[in-house]
Amino acid sequence: MTSRSRASVSFLPALVAVLLGAVYLVFFLAGESQLEIFGLLLGAGLALFLLRRARVLERVGRSAKDHSMAFATAVVAATVAISLYFYDDNFVLFLVATVLVYILTCLGLNIQFGFVGVVNFAGASFFGVGCYTAAILTKHTATPHLLILFLGGLAAAALGFIVLVPVLKTRGHYAALVTIAFALLFKTFLEVNDTLGGPQGLKCDGLKLFGWDVNQDLVIGSFEGSFYLGYIAVALALCVLGFILARRLEDSWIGLNMDAVRLDETVSACFGQSIPRGKITAFTLGNFYCGVAGALYAMMLGYIAPTNFTFGDSLILLSIVILGGLGSLWGAVAATSIIILMPEKFQVLQEYRFLLFAALVIAILLFRPQGLLPRPLRGFLTLRSR
Amino acid sequence: MDIGLIGQHIANGLMMGLIYALVAVGFTLFFGVLDVIKFSHGDVLTWGVFSAFSMYLLLSWMGFEHPVLILVIVAIVSMAFIAVLGGVIAKVLIIPLKGAPPLNVLLITLMLGTVLRESIRLFYPDGANPKHFPALLPDWSHSWGNFTLRFDNTVMLISGLLMIVLVQLIIKRTKLGMAIRAVSQDEETARLMGINFNLVVYITFALGSALAAFAGVTYGLYYNELSFNMGLLLGAIGFSAAAVGGFGNIYGAIVGGFLFAMLQTIGAAALPFASAYKDVFAFGVVIVIMAIKPTGLLGEKETERV
Repeated sequence: MTSRSRASVSFLPALVAVLLGAVYLVFFLAGESQLEIFGLLLGAGLALFLLRRARVLERVGRSAKDHSMAFATAVVAATVAISLYFYDDNFVLFLVATVLVYILTCLGLNIQFGFVGVVNFAGASFFGVGCYTAAILTKHTATPHLLILFLGGLAAAALGFIVLVPVLKTRGHYAALVTIAFALLFKTFLEVNDTLGGPQGLKCDGLKLFGWDVNQDLVIGSFEGSFYLGYIAVALALCVLGFILARRLEDSWIGLNMDAVRLDETVSACFGQSIPRGKITAFTLGNFYCGVAGALYAMMLGYIAPTNFTFGDSLILLSIVILGGLGSLWGAVAATSIIILMPEKFQVLQEYRFLLFAALVIAILLFRPQGLLPRPLRGFLTLRSR
Repeated sequence: MDIGLIGQHIANGLMMGLIYALVAVGFTLFFGVLDVIKFSHGDVLTWGVFSAFSMYLLLSWMGFEHPVLILVIVAIVSMAFIAVLGGVIAKVLIIPLKGAPPLNVLLITLMLGTVLRESIRLFYPDGANPKHFPALLPDWSHSWGNFTLRFDNTVMLISGLLMIVLVQLIIKRTKLGMAIRAVSQDEETARLMGINFNLVVYITFALGSALAAFAGVTYGLYYNELSFNMGLLLGAIGFSAAAVGGFGNIYGAIVGGFLFAMLQTIGAAALPFASAYKDVFAFGVVIVIMAIKPTGLLGEKETERV
């Protein structure tokens, strides 16, 4: 009940932080030379360190927590502003859209791993299911594309049922084995299956929404923007929806039950909670997120191949979740941005990125096992009563 | 299908099963002594193959001619090197993480595997491309109909089986083995009995890693090819084999290894669809087995007290 007794902090620090973050991102995304990017990275690291020493970050965090709704709105507005700033820069906008798609995926994995503790080493596979569903449905049927996004998620969730029984029955290492086996099985299956394009992959049509062809450049009056703006809008909307759903889930009694299952299965079973119910809900919902994200990504890329859905990609997704902090939704957002943007802009990293990710995750697990933005303790106040 | 072809499939399956079993025994050893899964095991194997290959290049550059002698030196050197590597990994990553949640350890070792794999790709000369592993054993063979018995495969099979028996003897008959078993039963008590816990862990990891190097050299001789990412699938298969057999049980690991190879063989030979689906089939069956027997076929060494 601490949040009740202590006086609410003003929203100003969080707003300033969002503004500064947005300006920084604009500079980072616009940066051309490697030296510039390196300097920006170094500067950010140094600034964060100093701000942490001066206990400014703490205040920002508290103010963001007290005004979570306003904070979220500010972040969304900042994303829109950044995208509009780069309105005709295809590459930057593509990066922004990719980050949003991956955020959606990682939110899904967070529900699985962070809330209920079901580890999923096949995140990229369920993402891939969404991709392939979108590719097939856009090619061979006239299904409305908004429905395809939904169906992609549904297909991923349905395929998750295949491994559901072993996932429910096993624990720890054995559970990890099931999803690892599934990830390897899925990728091999895609590579050898000629109907699904084999190693060459498939083409996928662009998104069409109510007669609006998103793949066409955006022209409104005298404003001419890249077609990626449309994808960013859709991805951002999906992210917001997904985020709200995940947050509501966390705040509900279902989320509370999920926490109990994660922390101690035996005890929560003794208190009469159904462990399979929590696990099934989280696993299916998380896979649904992955599938929706995958379907959108396939439409945006226009081309998909099995090499996008390897075990290594699943590992990256899982590292994002751990890097951000297990169960921490904002942590997932921050970690995704870092992991996706950094190697793309910092070309020197490109070749070494798997190596550096791996080393980074090892270092984080060793020295900061809770992740960048650890999930705060449950306040036991619902969103409404706060 | 005639008998000869079936025999050939069985012989191939046995060869693969042996390699898988060697990897799986490593997993089981680590799990037995410290209850951790070291998922970088497959990539340690890759390092074994690459160190063997480098040693071979060095020896042939120095002018050694005799292939069998080269093979023996190569195998011993790479096993020794990988044993040291395994001990170092245990010291730097595994022991400090003793109290951490099991999934953190799993993830760390998975990431360590990525580091090992990527460092070969990036830093070994021309590491991104597959290389040709030399055939160092004489290529005598004898055919009965469709069945060809190759001398080198027989040698590999026998030496591999001897290796497993040797490990089994070390664990069951020697004082070191007794220490390993004591630690795996109860760490605290073992310490009280004057067992150097850390040393036992290092030696166990060295032993398991040396087995992986041996499996790697066998793999190289069998397929005549090595590449930087060969360890990922082999490690995953070894892990599956150990889990299907039941962690912490050496017999389980051996059974699991041969079972997985058998599944692949059946998937390649007997099933109606294309042989490319053999891995899909094998991993699918593994998932089904986990659904039926969640702690492996032979069960874990002790049941959880819930």
